[in-house]
Amino acid sequence: MTSALSPTQSKGLTRTVSSKRRLENLSATVIIGILTVIVLLPLFAITYEILSQGIGNINLGLFIESPKSVIDTSGGGGVAHAIVGSIMMIAIGLVIGLLVGVGAGIFLAEFSEHKLVPLVRLFADVLTGIPAIVVGLVVFQALINSRIIEYSAVAGGIALGFIMIPIIVRSTEEVLKLVPVSIREAGLALGLPRWLVTMQIVLPAARAGIVTGIILAISRVGGEAAPLLLTALGNNFFSLDPTKAMAALPLAVYKYAFSPFEHLIRQAWAASFVLVLLIFISSLIARYVIRERN
Amino acid sequence: MQNLKPQHIKASSPVSDKEPRLIAQDVSIFYGDKEAVKKVNLSFQPNTVNALIGPSGCGKTTFLRAINRMHDLTAGARVTGQIMLDGANLYGENIDPVDVRRRIGMVFQKPNPFPTMSIYDNVVAGLKLAGEKNKSKLDTVVEKSLRGAALWEEVKDRLKAPGASLSGGQQQRLCIARALAVDPEILLMDEPTSALDPQSTARIEDLMETLKEQVTIVIVTHNMQQASRVSDTTSFFLIGDMIEHSPTAQMFTTPKDQRTEAYISGKFG
Repeated sequence: MTSALSPTQSKGLTRTVSSKRRLENLSATVIIGILTVIVLLPLFAITYEILSQGIGNINLGLFIESPKSVIDTSGGGGVAHAIVGSIMMIAIGLVIGLLVGVGAGIFLAEFSEHKLVPLVRLFADVLTGIPAIVVGLVVFQALINSRIIEYSAVAGGIALGFIMIPIIVRSTEEVLKLVPVSIREAGLALGLPRWLVTMQIVLPAARAGIVTGIILAISRVGGEAAPLLLTALGNNFFSLDPTKAMAALPLAVYKYAFSPFEHLIRQAWAASFVLVLLIFISSLIARYVIRERN
Repeated sequence: MQNLKPQHIKASSPVSDKEPRLIAQDVSIFYGDKEAVKKVNLSFQPNTVNALIGPSGCGKTTFLRAINRMHDLTAGARVTGQIMLDGANLYGENIDPVDVRRRIGMVFQKPNPFPTMSIYDNVVAGLKLAGEKNKSKLDTVVEKSLRGAALWEEVKDRLKAPGASLSGGQQQRLCIARALAVDPEILLMDEPTSALDPQSTARIEDLMETLKEQVTIVIVTHNMQQASRVSDTTSFFLIGDMIEHSPTAQMFTTPKDQRTEAYISGKFG
């Protein structure tokens, strides 16, 4: 009987929008568009620069060959030694990052009433803020300078692991907190001990999120050169011995970029390309995992 | 009062000649300094359905969760008094809450199947995660529990499908099957149908009638019709006090306390 809108009010729906409002709308759209471009610009610029500078050296040999002699200017040779080194050191770092990071993340999320929680959280926060090169210096001082181990992939991996820990701790804690309390209560109400509920019910429910955090941590340390300079040192030759000095992609980029030879500088760009490619692939995997979860 | 749909009300049934299975003595529950449940005394006979009713915030869910020691997990919550199951104090020394929860199952307000598990794994979670590996035993338990929860016919061909793929009403029956699989003596139900449609609610209410042959049920409900349909006894809670505990038929026809009468006749709440 009584309509919510009187005829005069409903007419108002079709009134013409004032030119001032149109102008405001348009200018807001333009500004946001410009800001978006500003965000995307560096990404495209970097990708373009890497590709254009390194294009001459990007070929199959880059991925499967080790470096040729410095004075061989034919442009051949690859960074296989650095690819393998990076993967090995990330793997070593991952062992540390996973054990400590996921463990501490579970502790923070699942035992939040424990009195050590504020301390652990403080450590994780402080570790986040420590520059990578300082982590490298600490590992150098603690393990290499004290002659416990040599410059090696193990030392490099340890340094990378410590950089990964806070990233994994925080992401693990956050995703575990997203698992509803009702799921935990359901497990406990079945007469399951708390650790079983955490390991067998809560952790699997958060698995995809935890994996995503781990892959982000890998992307982060994959590009670190500074801590490796002080720990893995670098190597011009292909090596699989983790107790000896080893090459890594960021180290190869650093070394070649400062070389006086044109072909080596091109090789630095090519190595940069491989590095970006590796991290890009990890991010794709992360996104794929997230999509699987939903 | 006599015209209050007597066909929905059972004859006075609490079997007073049997020993009570579950007894609460002077149970008070505190959140910090706040006393949410005040010196409640209640006893429940074996193989009965017992409803706890009362307005929001009256302490009925708080009391229910004390029975299987779920408050142990709530920071700042404290329970005093005794809750006896077959003569043993659940809050006594040397009592492991894990053992208590194994004997006293719980079904929650919202269906909460384990998100990463299949229907099959959801049902046997309590056994499998505790180390039971015998496949044929697990198979038997799955069928028995799902039949017990009146879900078997609907899911027997897709036991490997995710538990979360079921409808809300089916999920709640899956949760009932999961609770039954560990063979509890008591089943606590915290407003188990409040998130469900009328048809699913009816199915679960029918189910309670058969379930009480094997378990003693304590159910919290906001719905007084539900209490009158399913329960043998009803307890009325008000602001932390247990006002009245009577056979359901008596409670809904001739309540002893004026406050109970006011509540069930809809004067407040």
